[in-house]
Amino acid sequence: MSKKQIEVTGKKDTRSGFGEGLLELGKKNESVVALCADLTGSLKMNAFQDNFPDRFFQIGIAEANMMGIAAGMTIGGKIPFTGTFANFSTGRVYDQIRQSIAYSGKNVKICASHAGVTLGEDGATHQILEDIGMMKMLPNMTVIVPADFNQTKAATMAIADHEGPVYLRFGRPSVPIFTPADKPFVIGKADVIFEGADVTIIACGHLVWKAIEAAQALEEKGIDAEVINMHTIKPLDEDAILKSVRKTGCVVTAEEHMINGGLGDAVAQVLARHMPSPQEYVGVNDTFGESGTPDALMEKYQIDTKDVIAAAERVLKRK
Amino acid sequence: MDKKDMKAFASQVRRDIVRMVSAVNSGHPGGSLGCTDFFSVLYNKIMDHDPKNFSMDGKGQDIFFLSNGHISPVWYSTLARSGYFPVSELSTFRKINSRLQGHPSTDKKLEGIRAASGSLGQGLSMAIGTALTKKLNGEQNLVYVLMGDGELQEGQVWEAAMYASANKVDNLIATIDYNGRQIDGDVEDVLSLGNLAQKWQAFGWEVLEMNGHDYDDLENTLEKAKNLTGEGKPIIILMRTEMGQGVDYMVGSHKWHGVAPNAEQLQLALDQLEETLGDY
Repeated sequence: MSKKQIEVTGKKDTRSGFGEGLLELGKKNESVVALCADLTGSLKMNAFQDNFPDRFFQIGIAEANMMGIAAGMTIGGKIPFTGTFANFSTGRVYDQIRQSIAYSGKNVKICASHAGVTLGEDGATHQILEDIGMMKMLPNMTVIVPADFNQTKAATMAIADHEGPVYLRFGRPSVPIFTPADKPFVIGKADVIFEGADVTIIACGHLVWKAIEAAQALEEKGIDAEVINMHTIKPLDEDAILKSVRKTGCVVTAEEHMINGGLGDAVAQVLARHMPSPQEYVGVNDTFGESGTPDALMEKYQIDTKDVIAAAERVLKRK
Repeated sequence: MDKKDMKAFASQVRRDIVRMVSAVNSGHPGGSLGCTDFFSVLYNKIMDHDPKNFSMDGKGQDIFFLSNGHISPVWYSTLARSGYFPVSELSTFRKINSRLQGHPSTDKKLEGIRAASGSLGQGLSMAIGTALTKKLNGEQNLVYVLMGDGELQEGQVWEAAMYASANKVDNLIATIDYNGRQIDGDVEDVLSLGNLAQKWQAFGWEVLEMNGHDYDDLENTLEKAKNLTGEGKPIIILMRTEMGQGVDYMVGSHKWHGVAPNAEQLQLALDQLEETLGDY
C-alpha cells in the first residue's frame, strides 16, 4: 500500500483562485480595491469588477502608472490589489515597485498571473522566469507562490490581512487541486505534503504537483521522498527546511523559474549557513522560453516530473 | 500668514538650503532655491494641514507629494520651519543615521513625508492614487504634487496625465517647476518639451501659469486652482522659476543644479539672505 496518497478534488487554473479570492475579499473587506492594466479577463478580475465597480480601477496599458496609483491609494487606508501578467507586474515596473511601494513601505498587493513558461504559446516575451528573484531581493517585500486553485484563493485572502507589500505569483494552466478548500493560508509556514526519510523535495507553484508525482514514482523505486510545498519564498520557512534535511540529508528544489535567483537559491543559502547538504536544482537554466503548449514547454525546459525524479536520484548518490 | 511673513519665511528657508548643502558638500541647491517661494506660499497659506498632527493616512488634511525629490532641502526646511519636526534636525541632512536622506524617504519616519521620491516621474501617479482614495473616503481635501520640468521627459508622467483626465481626478493640483534647466543644460537642448501648455491641454488638463517668485501671482493662481477643483478636470500650473533664485551667482544657471557652495561661496550667499527666523 502506497504511503504517498493525496486527494485530488479537481483541476483548475491558479488565476481563477485569485479571482475567487478577490471576490470574497471584496465582500468582507471594504478597504480592498483592485486595479488592472487591461487584462481583467485574463486575471479573472471580472467578478470583482461587476460586484464592486466603485472599487475597481481600469488603468489601461500603463503598468508604471498602476503601481504608482496603487501606492498612493494606500494613503488613506485602501488595500490595493494590482493585476496583470507577471512580466508586467515586475520587470516592466521594477523601479516603481522599488521606490513607490517597497522603499515607501506601501501596503500594495502585486498579483501576477501567467508566470513562467506555462503561459505557453505567447512565447518568451511574456514568460518571465526572473520575477521571484527580483521580488525577493526587495527589502520589505513578501513573496508568495501558491500551488493550486484552493491555495491561491486562500493566499489572496490572507495577504489582505498582512500589513506591507506582497508579491503573489500564479499562472494560467489548469492544474490538479490538492490543497483542502478549508485549509487556512499561513504566510511563511511551509506545508509538508508527504513525509519521507531519503530525500527532501522542496517545490513551489506548479512544480508542487510535479514533486508529488515524482515522490509517487520514487516510492515505486523504493525511495522515500519528503515533499514540501514552499508557498512562501520570503519570509522563508527555514525551520521546515532544516528539520527535513536534518532527517533526509539531501534536497531537491523545484520551481518554474530561473535556477539563478529563485527558490533553490533561497534554500541553498539556508543550508549553506546551517547545514551544508547536497542539493540539486530543477528550474530553467539561464535561457529564455519559447512558444508551445505548457506541457511541451515544461518537458523541454526540464521542469517536469521526470526532471524532479532524475534530480532526486542524482542527489541521493551525493549523500 | 501675510505676504511679508511668507517672504521672511522664504528667506530663512533659503539660508537653510545653502547651509545644509554646503555642510555636506552635496545636494541640490539650484532647484531648491527656485521653488522656495512656492513652498512658502503653499505651506503657509494654501494647504489645509496640521504639522502637529501628522499621520501617514493624512485623513482630513491636504496631501503634498514632491516628485522631483532631489530638491529635498527646500522641503525639509519648509517642514521643519512649519513645525513638523525640530529645526535643529536640519543639521543632520545627508549625514549617517539621519532622517533627512539625500532624497525624501518614509522608512525613517520623518514627519511630513508620505512617499519616497528621487527616481523621477513617479509622484504624479501616487498623487492620483491618494486623490482617488480621498474621493472613495468622501473627503473634500486636495492633493498637491510638484514635478520638475526635466522630469516630464519620463514616460510615466504621461501615463498618469492621461489617466487623471480620463477619470476626472479633479481634486488634484499639480505644479511644474518650469525653470528650463536640467543637469546637462537647458531643457530645450537636452530634450525639448515643445509647447508644454498645449501638451497638457491636449491631455485634458486645466492649465494655469504663474510666476514662481511673485507672491501675489503665487497666491492668486493657487487660490484659483483650488476654486477650479471639483469641476471634472485635473489642474496643472506651469510655474516659471529661476533656478538658484535669491543667490545672485547661482541664478539662472544649471551649474548649481547639484553642486554645493564651498565656505567662501556660502558666505557670499548668506550675505544676500536675511536671517529672519534664526539659523538652526
